[in-house]
Amino acid sequence: MNVKKISKSAFTSFVDELISKQKVIGAQAKGDRFEFEQLESANQLRLDYDVTLRPPNRKYFLPPVETLLTYEVGGSYQSVSDSTEFILLGIHPYDLEALNQMDLIFEQDNCDSHYMKRRNNATIIACDVVTPSRDVFAASMGTATVKSGFDVLLTDIGDSYLMESGSPKGDKLLAKAKGTADATAEDLEKRQKVWNENQNRLNKHKLNCDYSYLHKLLERAYSHPVWEEKAKTCFSCGSCNQVCPTCYCFNVQDDVNWDFVKGKRQRAWDGCLLDGFTKVAGEHEFRKKRADRFRHRLYRKGKYVPEKISSKIPACVGCGRCVHACLPDIANPVNVYNRLFDDLGLR
Amino acid sequence: MVKQSTIEKDIYLPRLAAVKQADLLNETELYLQLAMDGEQLDYVPGQFVEVSLAGVGEAPITISSSPTQKGYFELVVRKVGNVTNAIHKLKTGNKIGIRGPFGKGVYPVEESKGRGIVFICGGIGLVPQRSFINYVLDNRDDYGDVTILLGTKCQSQRFLTDELQSWSKRSDVQFLETVDQGDDCWKGNVGVVTTLIPKIESKLKSAVVTICGPPIMYKFVLMALQEYNLQHEDIYLNLERKMKCGVGKCGHCQINHVYACMDGPVFRYSDLAAMPEAI
Repeated sequence: MNVKKISKSAFTSFVDELISKQKVIGAQAKGDRFEFEQLESANQLRLDYDVTLRPPNRKYFLPPVETLLTYEVGGSYQSVSDSTEFILLGIHPYDLEALNQMDLIFEQDNCDSHYMKRRNNATIIACDVVTPSRDVFAASMGTATVKSGFDVLLTDIGDSYLMESGSPKGDKLLAKAKGTADATAEDLEKRQKVWNENQNRLNKHKLNCDYSYLHKLLERAYSHPVWEEKAKTCFSCGSCNQVCPTCYCFNVQDDVNWDFVKGKRQRAWDGCLLDGFTKVAGEHEFRKKRADRFRHRLYRKGKYVPEKISSKIPACVGCGRCVHACLPDIANPVNVYNRLFDDLGLR
Repeated sequence: MVKQSTIEKDIYLPRLAAVKQADLLNETELYLQLAMDGEQLDYVPGQFVEVSLAGVGEAPITISSSPTQKGYFELVVRKVGNVTNAIHKLKTGNKIGIRGPFGKGVYPVEESKGRGIVFICGGIGLVPQRSFINYVLDNRDDYGDVTILLGTKCQSQRFLTDELQSWSKRSDVQFLETVDQGDDCWKGNVGVVTTLIPKIESKLKSAVVTICGPPIMYKFVLMALQEYNLQHEDIYLNLERKMKCGVGKCGHCQINHVYACMDGPVFRYSDLAAMPEAI
């Protein structure tokens, strides 16, 4: 295990050094909230952020709007891809788990080259949570800490960071950092303490059953009244989809230039809670009822997606963004899953 | 993360095909004969392609020809949305984009060899079924009794009538047709497609049944088939969904845990027990 210790001031210099050489994207303050943006200086970096408005894994690997192809009307199509190398600095463990799940989804069956090229061009520096957000429940979903899936993992242990490499890319990066020393047993103990504490601190909504039981629980919950009850006040606004790090549904649309000669085909984020998501030509809509759409989202999180990629961890990673974003306050997955668990129990 | 060779291929990039023939069959249905530029489209009955018109978008269309037909493939497209309206403007010689063929859930071409097959089609549902029907007719000796039931709303919406007539003339095919609303010119059966089912009772014994039609039709056909005690494994349904990407990513065609574009679009009735959203 390659774990280095670096003082916070040396780390700042290290980040400035990285910024001078390539694109570095990190968490920054945006009003009283936070968002991942490209860094111009290490001073902008806020590794003490609680949660970002948008999940960085989606924003940078499946952007809100992305050009897939360009074309000439009546002619041929050209594939468009992004080959910029970049560092994603400070992604939290729960968002990293979401990224790792997305990797599997976009690689399996038909490999999505647009996603995968961007992913291969990225170096991932994860960071253990310093400030828990208002609604985080990562500990309930097994994502308060991570052991793999990063190139480097940072942990704030007071006056310095520990940097663990998780890949050859990470090894290379650590070798470039000046002012590092091998982590001592005492340092590692401090890090273990942070990990232990985060298991308690990142649990503002507590799931009453083990997360690995959710897919079994949902096997018996399809006709439960909770879907109708909660969805009664749902606006079908799709906010829960927009902020979710594991939602990856998209729409594809053509945008033709004003000259009607050339154009591009783009994909953009879509949401299964929106009315019309399943509508086909001829006005047939297959998931017309709000309650059915509400249920579909929580089945995707708890059952469909984890089963598709054989993941023990659900496709709800406990970031709490949907809890915050939902105006009628019905989106919290823990509330729904606990209600089902209370009524249906273990079997 | 992955090998570079696998990511060089862009799954969203259409290949070009030329329109060899474009015939309007009635007010809403256009017949297209297409040929891929410099290659053959390899497909099996039940698979679909994403038809791409630059500047308008893509629409999933099931291939209507049988793969026994070499050199070209056929689509029949109903004018019903943005893309299909644009498709209706195509002329011979135009180039369009094609992605696919897609779909792993296809018609039971191999499994039903040696058995009787009953095709139940409603309206435009004839189009996907036609691929399998013509495959069976081109390999007639491999299969048992062939029975085709077709229901259309009214006489003016019938299409591919020459082909229907050729089926009705064959002695090795039983072809029964009905229209929902009759008129003075229509001398045949009147009523929905389920009214034809009792007429073919003897053919249903140990047959494979395939169904394709508008969403509303499936429940009524399944209900009508109930009394004949068919095995649910022997009934196949072709389910339409919004298959936007065709490659199992975009989420629009999902039916519970399955993706119509990947796992379908043809499903066994026995699989539907785990898919309450299917019909």
